[in-house]
This record gives sequence, C-alpha cells and structure tokens, in this order.
Amino acid sequence: MTQTAPTKPEMGEEPEDRPAAPGPSAGPAGSPKQDATFSGLALAASLVILVVLAGVALFLCLQAWPVVGAPADEFYGGEGFLSYIWPLVAGTLIAAAIALVIATPIGVGVALYISHYAPRRLAKPVGYVIDLLAAIPSIIFGAWGASVLAPRVVPLYDWLAQYLGFLPIFAGPASATGKTILTASVVLGIMILPIITSMSREIFQQTPVLQQEAALGLGATRWEMVRMTVFPFARAGIISSVMLGLGRALGETMAVTLVLSGGPFNPSLIQSGNQTVASEIALNFPEAYGFRMNELIAAGLVLFLITLVVNMLARLIVNRYKEFSGANS
Amino acid sequence: MSTATFKKSSLVSGQAPRWLPVAVGAGALILGAALAALVGFGIALWAVFAGVLFVLAGPAAVGAIEGRRKGVDAFARYLVYGAFLLALIPLVSVVWTVLSRGLPGLDLNMLLTSMGGVTGATDNAAAAGETPVYGGAYHAIVGTLVVTFWATLMSVPVGLLTAIFLVEYSGGRVSGAIARIITFLVDVMTGIPSIVAGLFAAALFVQIFDDPSMRMGFIASVALSVLMIPTVVRNAEEMLRIVPNELREASYALGVRKWRTITKVVIPTAISGISSGVTLAIARVIGETAPILVTAGFVTTINANAFSGWMTTLPTYIYYQIITPTSPTNPGISEGRAWSAALILIVIVMVLNLIARLIAKVFAPKTGR
Amino acid sequence: MSKRIDVESLNVYYGDFLAVEDVNIEIEPRSVTAFIGPSGCGKSTFLRTLNRMHEVVPGARVEGKVNLDGEDLYGRGVDPVRVRSQVGMVFQRPNPFPTMSIRDNVLAGAKLNSRRMSRAAADELVESSLRGANLWEEVKDRLGKPGSGLSGGQQQRLCIARTIAVKPDVILMDEPCSALDPISTLAVEDLISELQEEYTVVIVTHNMQQAARVSHKTAFFNIAGTGKPGKLIEYAPTQEIFNNPKDRATEDYVSGRFG
Repeated sequence: MTQTAPTKPEMGEEPEDRPAAPGPSAGPAGSPKQDATFSGLALAASLVILVVLAGVALFLCLQAWPVVGAPADEFYGGEGFLSYIWPLVAGTLIAAAIALVIATPIGVGVALYISHYAPRRLAKPVGYVIDLLAAIPSIIFGAWGASVLAPRVVPLYDWLAQYLGFLPIFAGPASATGKTILTASVVLGIMILPIITSMSREIFQQTPVLQQEAALGLGATRWEMVRMTVFPFARAGIISSVMLGLGRALGETMAVTLVLSGGPFNPSLIQSGNQTVASEIALNFPEAYGFRMNELIAAGLVLFLITLVVNMLARLIVNRYKEFSGANS
Repeated sequence: MSTATFKKSSLVSGQAPRWLPVAVGAGALILGAALAALVGFGIALWAVFAGVLFVLAGPAAVGAIEGRRKGVDAFARYLVYGAFLLALIPLVSVVWTVLSRGLPGLDLNMLLTSMGGVTGATDNAAAAGETPVYGGAYHAIVGTLVVTFWATLMSVPVGLLTAIFLVEYSGGRVSGAIARIITFLVDVMTGIPSIVAGLFAAALFVQIFDDPSMRMGFIASVALSVLMIPTVVRNAEEMLRIVPNELREASYALGVRKWRTITKVVIPTAISGISSGVTLAIARVIGETAPILVTAGFVTTINANAFSGWMTTLPTYIYYQIITPTSPTNPGISEGRAWSAALILIVIVMVLNLIARLIAKVFAPKTGR
Repeated sequence: MSKRIDVESLNVYYGDFLAVEDVNIEIEPRSVTAFIGPSGCGKSTFLRTLNRMHEVVPGARVEGKVNLDGEDLYGRGVDPVRVRSQVGMVFQRPNPFPTMSIRDNVLAGAKLNSRRMSRAAADELVESSLRGANLWEEVKDRLGKPGSGLSGGQQQRLCIARTIAVKPDVILMDEPCSALDPISTLAVEDLISELQEEYTVVIVTHNMQQAARVSHKTAFFNIAGTGKPGKLIEYAPTQEIFNNPKDRATEDYVSGRFG
C-alpha cells in the first residue's frame, strides 16, 4: 500500500514547496528510511537474544560432547555419567523443594501484609526493605549461613535426631557443624522469599478495587475479602512467582557451596553429605581440566535442562490460569 | 447519631476487648516458657513456643467472643503479621553480621591496597599483633567495576532495543510471530542459572580460542550480560507498555516519525522506570559469584584490563578469602577481610538501589501545577 | 491555510473485516463539518483515515482515494508522516506530553523533529499558537510548568495549540469534548468556531447539540447491525440534517428515537 518510490513531488519530496512555512513550520524531518533503519536495529537486537540462547545450547553441547560414549571409569567416581549426576540432581531437587516449602507461605504472607494488612505509612518502607533482602548478593547469604545460621541450628538438629530420628530424613547423629542440606535449603528459602514476595505483592495490589469494595460491602471480613477477590485474581501470578523462585533455588550456587559440607547422597537432611549440581560445578570447575571440565559442563547442561523444564511448566500453568483470572485485560 | 455516644451502641457490642492481644501474648509467653522448660530451656525454643501459642490462642479467643468468621479473620491476620516478622529475622541478622564483622576491618588499607605480596606469614604476624593487617580488596573493587561496566555496555543497548522491538514493532503478522518467539526466549533466558551462564561464556571462549584455561574479565562480562539482558528487556518492556498509546498517537498526529516518537516521546516518558530498572539489573549482577568463578579466574594483584589476564571481583574475593584463607593457621584475618569486602559489596549494591530510586523520582514525568 | 478534502469510494478494512464501506464526501475549506452517528458506526475510523492515523492499528488498510486539494493521500510513495503534518488531529482525551512543559508541548511538533528555531521565533510561535487556542491569557505566566498540571479543558486547548503550531491545513477532532465538563466544552466549542476561519475542521461528536452548534455541514453515519460495515447515510448542511433530514434513519437518530 505504501511504497517509498517518490512519484508525487508535492508530498513526497520537496517540503519547500509549501508556502505556509515562512518561519518555524514543523514538517517531518528525514525520510521513511530512518524508520526502517531504526526498526531494523531493534529487530537485530532481538535476534541477538536468539543467537545467544542458541549459543548457550550449542557451546554447552559441544563442550559436553566428549562425555557421550566415554568409558565409565573415566568419570569422577568411576561408574559412568549417570551414577555421577543422579545424586547431584537429587540434592538439587531436594534443596529447592525444601526452600519452596519454607519460602512460599512466608513470601505470600509478607506480600499480603504489604498489600492489604500493613498500615499505609508502613507498606512502602516495608516493600523497600524486602527489596533490599533481594538485593543482598548470594555470596553474603552463603557466608552468613555458614558462619551464623549453621552453628545455631545444631541444637535443633540434635533435637530432631533425638525425637524424630525414626524418620529417614531426620536420621541421626546430626551434623556437629550444622552444615547440612537442610541449612542450605533454609538459606535458599530466605533468598527466594523476596522474589515471591515482590511478584505476589505487585499482583495483589492490582486486584480491582471495585471487586474488593464489593466484597467488603457484602459484610465480608478482611480475610474473606482476600480469599474471594485477591487470591482468585492473583493465582497465576503467585504460581509464576513461586516457579521463578524455584528456578532461582535450582540454580543458586554460592549459598549452597558455602553452607553445605557436601558429599555423596544422604537421605538424612541433618547430616553432612549431598551436593547440588551448581555447587559441584562451582567447587570443581576452577581447577578442572581435560575430561573433568567436559564432565562438569555436561552437568551444567543437565541443570540448564531442569530449569528449562521448570520454566516451561510455569508458563504452561500461568497461561492456563490466565484465562480465568481476568488479569489479562 | 449523637445519642449513640451515651448508651452502648449496637455497632460496638460483642467485640473482643482491645487488651485481648496483650493478655493472650502474656499468657503465651508464660505457657511457652513452661513448655520450653519441659524439653530443655532455650531462648529460641521459648520464642518459637510463645509465637505458636500466640498465633493459635489469639484468634481462638477472638473466635469465641465474636464468632467463627471473625476468628478465622483474626487467625489470617496473625499469620500474615507473623510471616512479616519472621522474614525480618534473617534480614536483620544478615545486616547485623556484615556490619559488626565487616566494619572493624574496613579502613583505607582495605579499600586501597590489593592482596599482592600478602602471604600466610604476613597474616600470622598480624595475628600475633606484631604488624597491622596488610592486604585489601582494591583489586577486587577494580575488577568488579570493570567486569560490570562491560556487561552493562553490552546488555543495555541489546535489552532496550529488544524491548522497543517487542513493544513498538510487533504489530505485523511476521514481526508479531518473531516477537512471540523472542518473548518466550527471554523467559527461558530469565531462568538460566548463573553458573550455567558462566559455563556458557567459558565454553564459548574455550571453543573460540581453543585454550581450556582461557580466563579473563571480559568472559565474565559476557556471562553477566547473559544474566542481565533478560532483566533489562523485561523491565524496559513493562515500562514502555505503560506509556499511554495516546501519547504515541499525539506525536504521530503532529507529523513526527515513528522512530523519533519512540526516542523523544515514548522513551523520555518511560526513562525513569527504564533507568532505575537498569540500575537494579546492575545491582543484581554485581553480586554474582558463580559465573565469575568459572570465567575470570582469581588473582591477588590489580588488573584493570578486561581483555587480558585473570581478574578478581568482590564476590570471588569474599569466596576465596573464606574457602582458602591466606593463612590457614589464622583464618580469622582472611575472614575479617571477607566480611569487610562483603560490607563494601552491600554498600555498592545499596547505593545502586538508592540511585535507582532517585532516578525514578527525579526523572519521573512531572505533574502538578 | 485551508484545503478541501474529497473522498472517493473509500473502504476501510481491519484485516479482512470491512469496517467502513464506500464513503464519498466533499469537505469544504474554512468550514466545520461534523460526523455524527451511533457508537461503532465507523465515524471515528473514517476520521482517522483522513490523516492515515488508522495505520497505527496493525492490519488496518484502506481502498479508495482521499484527495487533499487534489493530491491523493494514498497515492504511491506518499509518506504518511508528511500527511499528518498537514492534517492535524485532536483526540478524545487531552493528551499533553507529560515530560514536557506547556511551552515545550506547544513546540513539540517542531522539537520532536529536531527543527532548529531561534528563541524569538519559538516564543512567537508559542504565543501565537496559544492565542489561537484561546489559552494564552491563562497560561502565559507558567509556560515552564508541566502541561499535565492544567485542567482538562485547558489541556485540551493546549493540545489544539500544539496542533495549530504545526500549521496544518486541516484539523481533525475525535470527540474533543467528551471528556470535558460543560464549561470547558463551551470554551472548546468557541475555539472551534474561531478555528474555521483559518482551517478545515472536521469533528466527530456524540453530542447532537454540539454538532448543531458548531458545524456548517453534518454527515450522518450508520451501521446496519453488528458485523456489518458502517456507511455514510446522509451528508447535508447541518440545518437540513436536523430539521429536514431526507433519510428515515437520520430522522430517527437526530430525534433521539435510537442510538
């Protein structure tokens, strides 16, 4: 419909023809080519992302390739890649799951506090404080977990081992340093809490005021109003915030590296042992060379795939709920 | 209406007295102490028992006086407040720890010297009180700034232009399809664990230079920009989308080209949000440790060149000071350095956050007369 | 400057959907023409085709001709951006640029195009445009303040001043008073009557009294039903449309029997 071939000089080419411009007339500056250049630039930048992601997959695969078909005794532990990777994957999943169990209720609770319960003067500073929690680098959480939290939880672990020791997950004797996967999970939980809080809070605050007032107008208590209007509206948002937190917990490295004194798989959460994929890589990659490096990159690829699946699931769930929540107006 | 003040109004009858939470709280404290004493007394245990009792008994009392619905409401309220207080504990503890352990070692020596020439013997001497503590984090501060600078330089243009594409140029059939793919990929990218980003950058440069021990600051910057780009895109996209369409139309109607409309109307309107988002993205990646660990190596001397030689950043400095103390017999000195470096890192991050808020405030579209 | 508009058998599509069908209309220079009709009848859509603003909506396209003093806006190689600098538009809701002061808002058309201009020339343009929009006296002391601090009616007149400053030939107005209170509406209506001395003004309105008050000629658009295209039913001097309409639908509409 609009080709750029200039056929009508009055409109396409010479703005000087217009007698109405004695002084400061504002006509269009430049030609449609500038628009094309600019949109091309924007498109190119978007394609960079595509290239980068393809690169991530490609180079990880290339560097992990030697692992395929390598004899079992070349692997760390000497029993092949599968028996090398499964304890790491198990440790990663366990740590992330516990972190979620801890962080989700507290995170949503704090979000609700900020959006609906806190006195108005407090809500903003509190939100800011929670954002600060998110801003603290993971290495500092790791150092804190190792030197402050771990020694303090030892009595609790002793207690757990004594009274709940019949459960395999609390089998004694408890670690004397507190550097166990449960401690690492607690640190992870603290780290993902602000993610869940800030995302949920944002969604909570978007709940249509009219709906909330309608609920209150019917004589609902505050909690009933929250359950009737805020939660249904925010369901997809809460789920995606939790999934985002899960992704972070799966990939979080330093907190685990510093807090956990790792080792082989151990069903007891209060003993040392267990390791996560990310932490294994961070601990060993700086000194790795040759096949060990390929092996660690292969482990990284596995971690990438796990987080990818989690993110896809999150999207799927969110998309399914979106249609019912009315959030996509 | 005014008579209601003389006799008891029906609107306020049947309510739980105002002193109820205090009474329940006191009861919970006493009972908690008793329970804690049964299983071996401890302050933490006492706090836990008292807290649980309070959250259970308070709403129960309200429920008994005002009915079940009010009781449930109070229970939810107590839980929400409890969650908030619980979340404050680690924050306060972390900040207190970093301050109390980091402040004593934070001096000019820490800020302005590197670890070059500092050995276990130096630390042992310092521990014995013969010499002051030598060795600081200057090289790590430099490394952090250099690595983050390059990462920002790569991420912001790509991120911002991508956001512009997604918001402003995704109207057509083909470009709409591309935009959906890009959005999906950005989502995927958001989920990339930081260690994987580091591995990617490492693998990329190993492949290019065919040198398995390839380490330099720029590789770390590449890793960080992989983490930063999706954050920038997401934020900028959101900020561009809330610019009302009316402003774009108003600009078009004045005979302004689309790209000028974007650069001079849309972006200025959103600039406060965009730049505070960028600052927050910087604050996020500046504290990343894992990707640096696998890409930039670790040195004790100053290196400001991102394109040659190994480099240390504050997070890796902290990590190595803790994991491999300079003097294994006196690890306390190294730990002190680690906490001081942690304090510096937190201050940098907080200052960046503050800058982000200031930007958002100063450059926000003005309203009012 | 003021130019006449001739529209010849214009169809507007959104994708495959025919939104407006076969419009033929001639709009005289230095006049006010009102478009009236029920909601969804395509009058706003049609108005936007007069300066190619509909192209902002993805998938929108046009068949037919719109001639501005004989030049086809949809001819080959015509740059829509250039069209819009000759055919200005004022929108339903006042939309001053929030990042700019009152003065910068008036100069927006020039500034956004990076046109260089002396300080004196800029001052003169600001004053003449604001005077042209009957706003000068109200804002001359606070030109540096943000435009969003003005009242709704003042903001709308600021938007008109901004449009005038580009020195267009035609000014299109898409329900310019629907977001304003009665007093502000009166001010804008007065302004419209003055604008017609220099410009071709086309106004879409839901308010039939407004059409009767300000316009010389009125076009009535209607739609046969949901999913059907909007059509131009009747186009005549305003007096005639309101007092002696030829078409039954027009009569029903202006007498308030439907719509």
